[in-house]
Amino acid sequence: MAIGVPFSERYQAGSSLVHSMDARLKLLLALAYIFAATLTPVGHWLAFGLLAAPLVVAVAASRLPVLLVLRRSALALPFMVVAVPLLFTKDGDALFTLQPFGWTASEEGLAAVLTILTKSWLSVVAAIVLTATTPALELLRAMRALAVPRILVATVSFMYRYLFVIAEEAQRLLRARDSRSARLEGRRCGGSVWWRAGVLGHMVGSLFLRSYERSERVYAAMQARGYDGEPRFLQRSVWRLAEVVVAVAFVLYMAGVQVYARY
Amino acid sequence: MRATKVRAAVDTAIGIANLRFAYPDGVQALRGVDLTIAAGEKVALLGPNGAGKTTLLLHLNGTLRGKGDIRIVGQTLRDGSLKHIRAQVGLVFENPDDQLFSPTVFDDVAFGPLYMGLPKEEVLARVRLALAQVGMVGFEERLPHHLSLGQKKRIAIATVLSMSPAILALDEPFSSLDPSACRELMRLLQALPQTMIVSTHHIPIIRHLFPRTVVMDGGRVVADGDTEAILADTDLLEAHGLDVP
Repeated sequence: MAIGVPFSERYQAGSSLVHSMDARLKLLLALAYIFAATLTPVGHWLAFGLLAAPLVVAVAASRLPVLLVLRRSALALPFMVVAVPLLFTKDGDALFTLQPFGWTASEEGLAAVLTILTKSWLSVVAAIVLTATTPALELLRAMRALAVPRILVATVSFMYRYLFVIAEEAQRLLRARDSRSARLEGRRCGGSVWWRAGVLGHMVGSLFLRSYERSERVYAAMQARGYDGEPRFLQRSVWRLAEVVVAVAFVLYMAGVQVYARY
Repeated sequence: MRATKVRAAVDTAIGIANLRFAYPDGVQALRGVDLTIAAGEKVALLGPNGAGKTTLLLHLNGTLRGKGDIRIVGQTLRDGSLKHIRAQVGLVFENPDDQLFSPTVFDDVAFGPLYMGLPKEEVLARVRLALAQVGMVGFEERLPHHLSLGQKKRIAIATVLSMSPAILALDEPFSSLDPSACRELMRLLQALPQTMIVSTHHIPIIRHLFPRTVVMDGGRVVADGDTEAILADTDLLEAHGLDVP
């Protein structure tokens, strides 16, 4: 019997305009958007504002809970950690000096850090809107329809299929451990941090081994049903004119922002 | 509910009152379970798939937390008593691969006592005793995932015996075992002194090992009483999709 749901789908069911849009278009637009955000010149804040506008419209139109979008967008935070050294390594007008180290921050460095943060945050939010309004299966079909190499699509689809299986397996291991994590009256429990870390490390290792062994079994089962290394998918559906028009307009808008930011 | 026996509250091992639980996906797995098991009793838990047997067992040591009242050996289960109760209830999962998470048999059997902070000699003694009880002495350095299913199931029981619990809660310990492994496990369970609640579908085993049977269906206890009386109630067993002996 399955016990509990370790984590939920990225997809948030809904019936908004964004939800019902062709998954292929959404995927293309999201990629185009990320591309545009990445290409925008450093420190061009007005251009970033113009780029943020359609994203705000998309979030509003998708009727996703804003809090959910913001919470998931915390995924962009690690990029900041990577970007922070730029603050001190870029040459330019001095802003302040971090005393014990004698590191000097520059205005150019600050602009670079903020730009990286803005770019990564906008890109992450675009990806969130895409994954929260498109069921994973639709997204995979869209990838296939857009001629993403089959082996890549197959890899992603297996990842999606077994992510939940492995997460459940991990949850059961943790559950077994917690079941035997007991306390006796008048005795300190829990062992040393090192011992507990060792136990956890072994659990991670055994999870990897099991996943690896499972992959061999799955592969054998696929071969038994005639898998020859080429996954096959059913083809589907036509493009809808209105959606294509919207998409083209959107791409033109983003191109316009890029042109404006440069000249 | 039929044939419920009234038991003295003094030496109650497990006392459950109006236990309700719904999984996060909305499935109502327990719909008000009442169950009292006296110390030293050996009880079989019978019921079709999805009846709520596993869910109930997972509540006995607080792995799942539903609404209602659970008392284990006189202690009410709540946040503060969770770890004390886990020393009392040895819960063995259906799939031993979930139960055994350490690189060697020794590490797995020693996990509970080590976590409880027992001194080294005591840990070694407990591991030795637990492995002797399940007849697996000499397997200390073996890798759990390379053992046979019957061996894994016995090691899984050893991992909780080493904690010297008052209660054993076993989820389908006999599933997928061959007849000889079944017989060995039966002998083992018969020899153990703990209070036991064991879910299983094997009628001959129930008859042989458990004087009392609890039948669950749809998240409720639908019958509870003398094993022979319940196994003789063909209508009851058929109504809940169970094997008629």
